[in-house]
Amino acid sequence: MGKLNKDIIFGLYDDETDLLSAVESANHDHMDIYDVYSPFPVHGLDPILGLEESRIHIAGFIYGALGTLTAFLGMTWIFTKDWPIIFGGKPYWSVPAFIPITFELTVLFAAVGMTVTFYIINGQGPGASNPILHDRISDDKFCIAFDTHSVDEGSAKSFFEKTGATLIDKKHI
Amino acid sequence: MSATVSPLREPLIDGDKSYHDITVDLVRSTEESPGKLWWACFLISIHVLLFGVFCILWTIWHGIGVWDLNRTIGWGWDITNFVWWIGIGHAGTLISAILLLFRQKWRTGVNRAAEAMTIFAVMCAGLFPVIHMGRVWLAIFIFPYPNTRGSLWPNFNSPLLWDVFAISTYLTVSVLFWYTGLVPDFATIRDRATGLRKRVYSFLSFGWTGSAKHWQRWEALSLVLAGLATPLVLSVHTIVSFDFATSVIPGWHTTIFPPYFVAGAVFSGFAMVLTLMLITRKVLNLQEYITIGHIESMNKVILVTGTIVGVAYLTELFIAWYSGYIYEQFAFFNRALGPYYWSYFGMMFCNVLSPQVFWFEKCRRSLWWTFFMSIFINIGMWFERFVIIATTLARDYLPSSWSYYVPTWVEIGIYVGTFGLFFTLFLLFTRVAPVVAIAEVKSILKSAGSQFLRPNTEHHEQVMGDYKKAVDQGKEYVTDHHAHAEHH
Repeated sequence: MGKLNKDIIFGLYDDETDLLSAVESANHDHMDIYDVYSPFPVHGLDPILGLEESRIHIAGFIYGALGTLTAFLGMTWIFTKDWPIIFGGKPYWSVPAFIPITFELTVLFAAVGMTVTFYIINGQGPGASNPILHDRISDDKFCIAFDTHSVDEGSAKSFFEKTGATLIDKKHI
Repeated sequence: MSATVSPLREPLIDGDKSYHDITVDLVRSTEESPGKLWWACFLISIHVLLFGVFCILWTIWHGIGVWDLNRTIGWGWDITNFVWWIGIGHAGTLISAILLLFRQKWRTGVNRAAEAMTIFAVMCAGLFPVIHMGRVWLAIFIFPYPNTRGSLWPNFNSPLLWDVFAISTYLTVSVLFWYTGLVPDFATIRDRATGLRKRVYSFLSFGWTGSAKHWQRWEALSLVLAGLATPLVLSVHTIVSFDFATSVIPGWHTTIFPPYFVAGAVFSGFAMVLTLMLITRKVLNLQEYITIGHIESMNKVILVTGTIVGVAYLTELFIAWYSGYIYEQFAFFNRALGPYYWSYFGMMFCNVLSPQVFWFEKCRRSLWWTFFMSIFINIGMWFERFVIIATTLARDYLPSSWSYYVPTWVEIGIYVGTFGLFFTLFLLFTRVAPVVAIAEVKSILKSAGSQFLRPNTEHHEQVMGDYKKAVDQGKEYVTDHHAHAEHH
C-alpha cells in the first residue's frame, strides 16, 4: 500500500482491559475511531468497534464448491467422454472411486482460495508494506488511532489522557 | 479482562510472564547467533542429508535393483518409510486443527513446532514413492494435465493416484495454515529488527499491521482452515491405508485399515513431536512455555491412540480367525511366527505394551520416561509398517515364490538421509521463525498464565483445607459465602 496521505493521532495502552474501556468511552463520546491495533486478537473488541462478522467463510464455501465440481465433472468427462478405459471390469463412470479425489480438491480449492482472498482483502502479501504506527504494537501495546480529519487533535489528546494511554503520538501515513 | 479461570488447571505459561517477556523469550532464538550445539547438530544433519542424496542418486543411476527388492517383495523399506513419515506428519495438523476446534489451550505451546514438523515429515515421505518410480524424471506423469500422449490421463480409480492428491493437498494446506499463523509473529520480529534483517522480515510478514479487522479475519480464516484440515488429516492416512486395503492380498484387504492407520499416525506423530519438543524446550530454554502439563497432555493422547492401535491389532487377529478364511489366517500366523517374527514382537512390545506405562501420572510427567517412550513408539510404528508391508509380501499365495528380503546399504542410506533432511529443515526453522506461536500464547496469558491462576489456586486450596479440617473435626462446614448469606 502506498501513502494514504492521512494524519493519524494515536495512543498506546498497556493492557487489553484499558483498550476495551477506552473504545467504549470513544463510542460514548461519538468519536470516530480510524483503527485499533493489537499484538493478538482481543476478544470482545469486534462488537464494540462495530465490526461485522467476517464473510470469508462464504468465500471458502464457494471455492470449495468450485473444487468439488472441478474434480467430479473433470473425472466424469475424462472417463466417459475423453478417454474411457475399463479398469478391472468396473463401469466407466465409477462414482465411489471418484470420491477421494473430489474431497481432496474441495479442501484444496477452499483452503488456497480463502487464504489468497484473505491476503488480498487485507492488502497484504509478499513484499507488501503497510504503515506501522508504532514498533511495540506487535509486541505488547494496544493502539487506538484517530484520523485528524474526523477527530481534532485536541479532543483526541484529552481523550487519550482521560482513558489512560501511556503514549500519545502523531504520524503521517 | 477478568477471564474465568479454573483453580484446578495448571498454568500453561509459567514464570509470571508479561506480554513483553513473551515476545523477548520467544523471539530470542531468531535474534541470537546459534550456539555450538546447534552448529554441531546442523553439520551432522547436513552430512547425513548429503549421504542420503548420494544414495538417491546411486539408486537413480543404477535403478532400484540396488535395493534387493524381488518379484515377491516389491515393497520394502521404501514404502515402509513412506507410510512411517506420512504418519508422523499427522500430529501437527491434529494439534493445530482438531485441538483448535476443541478449544484446547495447551495446543498454543506446541502447535507451531508440530506444524513445522508435519511439513518436513511430509516432504520426507513424498520422496519415497517418487524414488520408487525408478524413472524419477517421469514423475510428472502422475498429474492429470493435457499432454501429447493422447491426452492420456492417470487412473483416477487407483488409490495410488488418490495418494498423490491427498498428500499434495495435505502439504499445501499445512503450509498455508502454518504460514498464516506465522505472519503476525514475523511482524513481531520485523518491528524489533533493523537493517537487512528488518527488510527480510518485512517481506516475510506480508505487511501485517495488527489491525482489528485483520485479526478478526485471521481468526475466521484459522477456524475455517481448521475445520477443513480436520477431515483432511483423517482422509490422508485413510487414503494411504487404501493403498493396501483395496488390494487382494490377505492381511491387507481389511476394512479396519483406515481408522487403524489414522490412530497409528496420530500415535507416531505425537511421539515424534515429543522427541523434538523435549530437546527443543531444553536447548532453547522454553520450559516456561512448554510445561510438564503440555507434555502430560500429549502423553495422554499417546496412551489413547496407542491403545486404539493395540485394539486394532487384536481385532485383526480375531477377525482372521473368525473369518474362517485360511489365507487370512495364514497371513497373521506368518506375521507373528514367520520369518519376520522379530518385527511383529517389536511392534507389539513398543506400540501396545510399553505405552501402558502412561496410565501412571508419574510416568506421564517424567521427562525421561516420555523421551524413551517417544523413541520406542517411533521404532514400534516403523516395525508396524514393515510388518504390514514386507512380512505380508514375503509369504504370498504361491509357496514356490516365497522369499526373504534384507535391505541394502543404499536403501538404509536413503532412510537415514531423510532424517538428515528432516533435522536440517527443523534446525533452520528454529533459527528463522519463533518455535512457539507468540501471538497465540499471548492470547491465552490471562486465562492460563501462572500469575493469573495462582490466586484462584490458593483460594481453592484454602477452602479445601478448611473443609477437610471441618470434616475431620466432625463439624458442619460453613463457607464464607454461606456465613455471609446468613448474616444478612
